[in-house]
Amino acid sequence: MTTTTAPATSEPGSHIGLSEAFTDAMVITRRGIVRILRLPQLLVFATIQPVMFLLLFNFVFGGALGETLPPVANGEYINWLMPGLLVQIVTFGAGQTATGLTEDLSSGVIDRFRSLPMARSAVLAGRTLADLLRNAFVITLMLVVAVLIGFRWQASFAGFLGGVALALGFAFSLSWLMASLGLKIKNPEAVQSAIFIPVFPFVFASSVFVPTDTFPTWLQAFADHQPVTVVANAIRGLMLGVGALPAGQTVTGQVWLAVAWIVGLLAIFAPLAVRLYRRAVI
Amino acid sequence: MPDHVVTDPILTAEGIVVRFGDLTAVDRVDLAVQRGSIYGLLGPNGAGKTTLIRVLATLLKPDAGRATVAGIDVVEDPGLARTRLGLAGQFAAVDEYQTGRENVQMIGRLYRLSARESRQRTDDILERIGLVDAADRRVGTYSGGMRRRLDLAASLIGRPEVMFLDEPTTGIDPRSRVGIWDLVQDLVRGGTTVLLTTQYLEEADVLADRIGVIDHGRIITEGTADELKATMGGTIIEVEIDPAHRDEYETALAGVGEGETTFDEQRNLLRIPAREGAESLLAVGRALDRAELVPVDIETHKPTLDDVFLAVTDDTPSDDAPAPSDGQAPGRKARR
Repeated sequence: MTTTTAPATSEPGSHIGLSEAFTDAMVITRRGIVRILRLPQLLVFATIQPVMFLLLFNFVFGGALGETLPPVANGEYINWLMPGLLVQIVTFGAGQTATGLTEDLSSGVIDRFRSLPMARSAVLAGRTLADLLRNAFVITLMLVVAVLIGFRWQASFAGFLGGVALALGFAFSLSWLMASLGLKIKNPEAVQSAIFIPVFPFVFASSVFVPTDTFPTWLQAFADHQPVTVVANAIRGLMLGVGALPAGQTVTGQVWLAVAWIVGLLAIFAPLAVRLYRRAVI
Repeated sequence: MPDHVVTDPILTAEGIVVRFGDLTAVDRVDLAVQRGSIYGLLGPNGAGKTTLIRVLATLLKPDAGRATVAGIDVVEDPGLARTRLGLAGQFAAVDEYQTGRENVQMIGRLYRLSARESRQRTDDILERIGLVDAADRRVGTYSGGMRRRLDLAASLIGRPEVMFLDEPTTGIDPRSRVGIWDLVQDLVRGGTTVLLTTQYLEEADVLADRIGVIDHGRIITEGTADELKATMGGTIIEVEIDPAHRDEYETALAGVGEGETTFDEQRNLLRIPAREGAESLLAVGRALDRAELVPVDIETHKPTLDDVFLAVTDDTPSDDAPAPSDGQAPGRKARR
């Protein structure tokens, strides 16, 4: 839409302090959580699908792949798979931030919110926070199932927790990317196809399921440098130890690289999403 | 604007202009709405009603002009203005997965009420709109009319001084419509000022203290329902004709009656506003007799807002007008 409306960059006299902004964000977070809990299709998507992926990939590929993995996997595919699958699951689920926002846009809910004396940041902060909590829940559930079918971290418990934190951080930064996409595209159906298609090459052409060294060179070049691989490697390094990483990589180096991706995505997409929200005229 | 004096204007607009690319959706609109009254913006689809409401409710910055709500400039200080206004848009913006009570309480919290105050006021509001029994059901189970009432009432929790209602009864059944009308009148009795848009003449006639007829972004005429009807003369004479001879009829009837004669192409009716019913009817008869024309039928009736509307708005249906003029994306329109 080519409106000439200037973004409301500064709103003198908005009278909204930090604590009010926090309360508003909490109200919207609660709304987001209620939505996830009460809409069966969201809850199914959030819980059954990841567990299904975990079980299918492990039992279908595990037997064939177990022997070929680096020794740190201890011959168990689940040990290799689980750290990568955390990244896969948060990447697949991130689109929910976008679809939820487009639904709010087209149903007029965003208009109502924008007419209320609430903090402008609250709708986006609340939505992304609710999605972060959803991810935390899904990851916990997956880890429980993974441990039941044999997953054990091979490095330290602290490393394991660090890996979970990285997965959540990546999920949060993707939420803001998806929020920007949703606010830009606006149409709920269009946004779904816009997200779903690019997600596949990022997740599959990565180190999530297998080491990338058997990929053709051209694909390996992409796979080794894209964020899903970077974050998956960092989590794997933290959970399994340096032996899980391609030659020449260090755990610290991968973690810093993953953090750089997370911070970079946030630095670009959080301000962009806020800007798009302010001028989201539909 | 007519020489009507608004002694205590709570909502004002001066020279509001909104452009979408080449299209001027709102074109130099002035408004002054008396505190405690209902102002009806009447116009066809795409006339600019929604865009104007979006400006007044701080959702859209105008390209020119200024507007105030309760004395607060909506462009200069939208944050403060929002504490004084409430908006119920064209779609019931309530969450289906929350109960009626949860929806209202949430809006209360976002109006900066404490959790306790929000709960108390929610009870009052649910009682007022007759949703006490359904309060703890999810909105997904509500009828269209119930959702609308809830949507409208949700904004009341902030006790806004001015409520904007964008087509509050579009798409709901006639019985629920009356329920919404009662609610709006109840609101005004409580001291709230209401600006509503509508495509329904009857709605404007029943509810609005003053009516502005808007078309192509401009307010073309304004007044009370009675004033607007009076501009049409005391009586409307409708002559049903054979459309093949329209020109002959128009020539024969030129100068008969008061004001402009209009032609309704769908029903082949020539509408002639007249001051004196019987005398003008005889004049029409004599004119047709002289021209040796025998119409299909002749009727007289008192003017309705319909007649005003047809006389002052463009007779080309504005459904084809570009969608953004009403502030809607095409995708959204398709969802209706």
